[in-house]
Amino acid sequence: MGGANERTERNAMNGSAATEGLASALSHSDLDRRMRRRGEESRWWWIVPTLYIIVLLLPIYWLINMSFKTNAEIVSSLTLYPHAPTIGNYVTIFTDASWYSGYINSITYVVMNMVISVAAALPAAYAFSRYRFLGDKHLFFWLLTNRMAPPAVFALPFFQLYSAFGLIDTHIAVALAHCLFNVPLAVWILEGFMSGVPKEIDETAYIDGYSFPRFFVRIFMPLIASGIGVACFFCFMFSWVELLIARTLTTTDAKPIAATMTRTVSAAGMDWGLLAAAGVLTLIPGALVIWFVRNYIAKGFALGRV
Amino acid sequence: MDKTWNNKAWFLVLPVLVLVAFSAVIPLMTVVNYSVQDTFGNNVFFWAGTEWFEELLSSSRFWEAMTRNLIFSFIILAIEVPLGIFIALNMPKKGWGVPVCLVLMALPLLIPWNVVGTIWQVFGRNDIGLLGYYVNALGIDYNYVQDPFDAWVTIIVMDVWHWTSLVVLLCYAGLVSIPDAFYQAAKIDGASRWAVFRYIQLPKMNRVLLIAVLLRFMDSFMIYTEPFVVTGGGPGNSTTFLSIDLVKTALGQFDLGPAAAMSLVYFLIILLLSWVFYTVMTNYDAER
Repeated sequence: MGGANERTERNAMNGSAATEGLASALSHSDLDRRMRRRGEESRWWWIVPTLYIIVLLLPIYWLINMSFKTNAEIVSSLTLYPHAPTIGNYVTIFTDASWYSGYINSITYVVMNMVISVAAALPAAYAFSRYRFLGDKHLFFWLLTNRMAPPAVFALPFFQLYSAFGLIDTHIAVALAHCLFNVPLAVWILEGFMSGVPKEIDETAYIDGYSFPRFFVRIFMPLIASGIGVACFFCFMFSWVELLIARTLTTTDAKPIAATMTRTVSAAGMDWGLLAAAGVLTLIPGALVIWFVRNYIAKGFALGRV
Repeated sequence: MDKTWNNKAWFLVLPVLVLVAFSAVIPLMTVVNYSVQDTFGNNVFFWAGTEWFEELLSSSRFWEAMTRNLIFSFIILAIEVPLGIFIALNMPKKGWGVPVCLVLMALPLLIPWNVVGTIWQVFGRNDIGLLGYYVNALGIDYNYVQDPFDAWVTIIVMDVWHWTSLVVLLCYAGLVSIPDAFYQAAKIDGASRWAVFRYIQLPKMNRVLLIAVLLRFMDSFMIYTEPFVVTGGGPGNSTTFLSIDLVKTALGQFDLGPAAAMSLVYFLIILLLSWVFYTVMTNYDAER
């Protein structure tokens, strides 16, 4: 195996040109047979992903299934699909202000946070990717530690800090609090993308007489557009899924939908159908966002900057 | 890339610095402040020294929660990393299957964490949940509300369901970056499937795997919302992790001193881990 490995690496290093040369030297039938055998193997490639996706979707299906049932049907018997489908649960959510305002609140602070995080991170990421300055490495590490900070540690001090500023129960409070982990993340992702842009572009632009802000907005930002997209996606994602801090900082006016869901526990027991419908509706923004950035996801993850 | 030395770059970093200082440094100072003081309410504080820290480090409750956290993280890593690699290896490399797989697999990552908890709370119930009902129908006594072991199984399965996709996506990104020439060379040498994995794919996935392991470790170490929604830390204290315990002390009982001391110890552990993470990463980049 060791020998085969060495040869493999050498062949790979010589590049595909050498590989083709070697390939023609080999007997064609032998290579053909091997290629065919691999082709047959890969005919079953879909089994593992399909099984995995089915496992992933089962709990989600169950939630969707429940959201179309009446509470009577949910409690009385276990049915694999709604026998008496109803959209009553959704109607309740869309007509009751205390329900749908939760969605508006969530989207509001998530978008605010996304804009603030990316806007602040853009110049900083540029600085980290282009310059060395006093304490740059320490600063970068310090930013990173904030991404790793447990929200549970910050819940109480955040509550007191924002109370002191009179910001409790406002969207901006949650948006600012989520900057704690989203700004470092955005800096990290954008720095990766910016380092991929050759420095000569900056220099040429400066020689051509561009000022820094004009160069940055007109030339540089279009170049890293996909990076900005990926950064926005991850900021959206982490702000959207976070609950602990969002719940701590809000009471009624800016309460996120995820926190609203906890009130389905009433004196009459759990309102399962309503809970499920509310849950299903929280899946939609994520699914939409992921569809838009599907081609960039792999790239964003490849940078390993999550 | 060679970078120029320019201290004016500090001006570009300033917005981030102000923002993060506001949302990280000030709260952290508050925590440090509380951790060395005691209060009887009415905002009257007096010096308590290291009393809270001594109490915390000698309390069995803290060490039990810590042990639970470590065991949980270990099990999570042992399942999610091999499973993630396995699935990533079987993902399609091109064609219509790629976006479909990516979108469907990333779906659990974008569900709010307490909805993840809700989904599994419902799914695992043995009266109205698909999983709980059929597991019981198979003759296995399963009830995550009463049995600590079942509660653990539920939380682990939930976390695997929730986060394996992250490992898959990371590994997949590492895999697609391998040039075709490597595979062609291996094919000519007649390398076995195992040899291709061991000597081409695994080394190329090194970096992303490192990130996957460390991210999963840290995130599972900080887990709060999902087990809180599913089990609320019970039955008994069997699924009370550090962060659940912390929130209970801080926001539930408003025991500022003990909560602050616990926050600091917790945060220091995380800090140590991030330092290891960062050092390993930068060393790896430097070697490359």
